[in-house]
Amino acid sequence: MTNSQNNSSVVDPRGPKPRKIMSRRNIILYGTLLVVAIYYLIPLYVMIVTSLKGMPEIRLGNIFSPPVEVTFEPWIKAWAQACTGLNCDGLSRGFWNSVKITIPSVFVSIAIASINGYALANWRFKGANLFFTILIFGAFIPYQIMIYPLVILLRDLGIYTKLPGLILIHSIFGMPILTLLFRNYFTTIPEELFKAARVDGAKFWGIYFRVMMPMSLPIFVVAIIMQVTGIWNDFLFGVIYTKPDTYPMTVQLNNIVNSVQGVKEYNVNMAATLLTGLVPLTVYFVSGKLFVKGITAGAVKG
Amino acid sequence: MNSIEINNLSLNFGDVKVLKDLNLSVNKGEFLVLLGASGCGKSTLLNCIAGLLEINDGQIYINNQNVTWFEPSERGIGMVFQSYALYPQMSVKGNLSFSLKNAKLSKDEIEKRVKHASEILQIESLLDRKPAALSGGQRQRVAIGRALVRDVEVFLFDEPLSNLDAKLRTELRVEIKRLHQKLDNTMIYVTHDQIEAMTLADRIAIMRDGLIQQLDTPKIIYSNPVNKYVAGFIGSPGMNFLKGKILQDGKPIFKLEGGWCESPDLSNYKFQETIKVEKEVWLGIRPESVVVGGEAENMPVNFNLEIEVFEPMGADTLVWSQIGGQEFRFMVDVNTSINVGGTLTVGFDPAHASIFDLESEERL
Ligand SMILES: Nc1ncnc2c1ncn2[C@@H]1O[C@H](COP(=O)(O)OP(=O)(O)OP(=O)(O)O)[C@@H](O)[C@H]1O
Ligand SMILES: [Mg+2]
Repeated sequence: MTNSQNNSSVVDPRGPKPRKIMSRRNIILYGTLLVVAIYYLIPLYVMIVTSLKGMPEIRLGNIFSPPVEVTFEPWIKAWAQACTGLNCDGLSRGFWNSVKITIPSVFVSIAIASINGYALANWRFKGANLFFTILIFGAFIPYQIMIYPLVILLRDLGIYTKLPGLILIHSIFGMPILTLLFRNYFTTIPEELFKAARVDGAKFWGIYFRVMMPMSLPIFVVAIIMQVTGIWNDFLFGVIYTKPDTYPMTVQLNNIVNSVQGVKEYNVNMAATLLTGLVPLTVYFVSGKLFVKGITAGAVKG
Repeated sequence: MNSIEINNLSLNFGDVKVLKDLNLSVNKGEFLVLLGASGCGKSTLLNCIAGLLEINDGQIYINNQNVTWFEPSERGIGMVFQSYALYPQMSVKGNLSFSLKNAKLSKDEIEKRVKHASEILQIESLLDRKPAALSGGQRQRVAIGRALVRDVEVFLFDEPLSNLDAKLRTELRVEIKRLHQKLDNTMIYVTHDQIEAMTLADRIAIMRDGLIQQLDTPKIIYSNPVNKYVAGFIGSPGMNFLKGKILQDGKPIFKLEGGWCESPDLSNYKFQETIKVEKEVWLGIRPESVVVGGEAENMPVNFNLEIEVFEPMGADTLVWSQIGGQEFRFMVDVNTSINVGGTLTVGFDPAHASIFDLESEERL
């Protein structure tokens, strides 16, 4: 009887359990997240406000203060007028070079790698295992070892310092890891589906285009993001395999920011940097959702 | 005329020999069920017939044509898989017409065949849906339809019903049987469900470790299993096996190891060979062929048994007991009054039993 009396003095638990919002766990959790977020956002903030200030305002030295007078002059200068060496047409040349490099490289590397991955996963041809081992090995060879031999190769092919040369380089270097990515994804697609397609009379290409590819959109998105950001952000290959006329945007950015002549125009530099980072940033924003989906896709059946 | 003929088929996965020198012929219009425990090579055999696996040796004929080196689509077979294997991004109609488009049939012909198949399988209203929006039973119907539209001689089914729940399974089982009666195609059907095998098959092939143990009608496999494995595999609950010897006392009699007051007279049993005296054997008796009570008195062999455990199963009750220390199960009607520790008079006819060699486990 004492039991029931005890119970009636406390509320009988019912429905969802009440949660304390300001619990210690929550304070620590959200506190940490906030600090991390600020840590990453402050540099971006500084860059944006600086790029919108005029030089006199920057010389005052308050890097955190918002611009008193907003000006887009530095952005225009960075895009169209900044000088690198002899050229004074800003980053725009580099931007278009990067576009001309990235689009074909992404397309070629993904097309070839996905077909490789498909062949490895589904058509157990003779020597497939050996091929796969070599490919994995290729993924772990340090780039530096191959730089000079590739210079010679490109020279002999007559495309050294030309855009097609750099496109070829990016396509080759993307191959091992992308093939691995596609192969692993295709092996998660039930084998019976592949068998059904064969019974239905589809051949190598028919199965690839009509059955496998439509089921693999997420992994294609992942591959596109990986390649676009990777190739766009590349600096090393750009410096080595191109010349000033064909420099990609990153290399040109470096030359603008590190130019030793004249005063350092911090606002122009910041604007140039932001412009260069805009493409990968957009890709992330646009495809963020698909990206997360693609990474986990195939982890669980159904 | 043989619809399918397989000669000396061998298939290895690396060092593992999965199918060993297998021979099989299937008549035109026959419904053949491949039955066997998991991993015995049923799916492997089916995939070989379909051309989805490269065989190591042997020949395969379909419709008197040697198709050993043919592509799956050229063999005149349709296949239905356990996991349905529908193309998820295509509609039902797309799934049904995929093979026809690959075969470059005319639009009208495709339209006609899809309509025909969807009518037979009653999936006309689902044609525009994607597989994700279908129930399990509907998906399997579409999968069957995909084989149906191709207008082929031979249907291959790999456990098509095992992903469905019990009720749906019985429904679709009947539908498949109806389909077979209507179409008169040759069908090879893999399952490890013996009820499916018994109900559907014209003939059953019992497989074990890549070999066909017995190939015969369900009735004969049930009543005259060729060895102890087949006897134990078919029938639920499984056959009772009593270990003992055959003695000669003017007539052959069975002497149970461990002692038993009865020594059943085996003179009615049709031995396939003359038995040497003191041969060690298994005496196999199906639980369903044991009778109790008054009926038991009329049986050639009858005796009293103590009840150890009983399991009510609806119409019948399965009773567990022992004879001379060896397990013995039998069925009684649900209305028979039984209690643990009580005794029952049971009887059976040795003519309906099966006797196997103790060593080789072959039927005697
Ligand atoms: N790709 C493979 N590589 C190696 N061994 C395999 C492969 N596929 C099947 N096996 C082996 O071959 C044997 C037969 O397999 P199979 O799939 O034919 O069995 P099954 O009779 O269909 O069984 P279940 O009833 O479980 O489907 C098994 O022992 C299996 O381990
Ligand atoms: Mg199987």
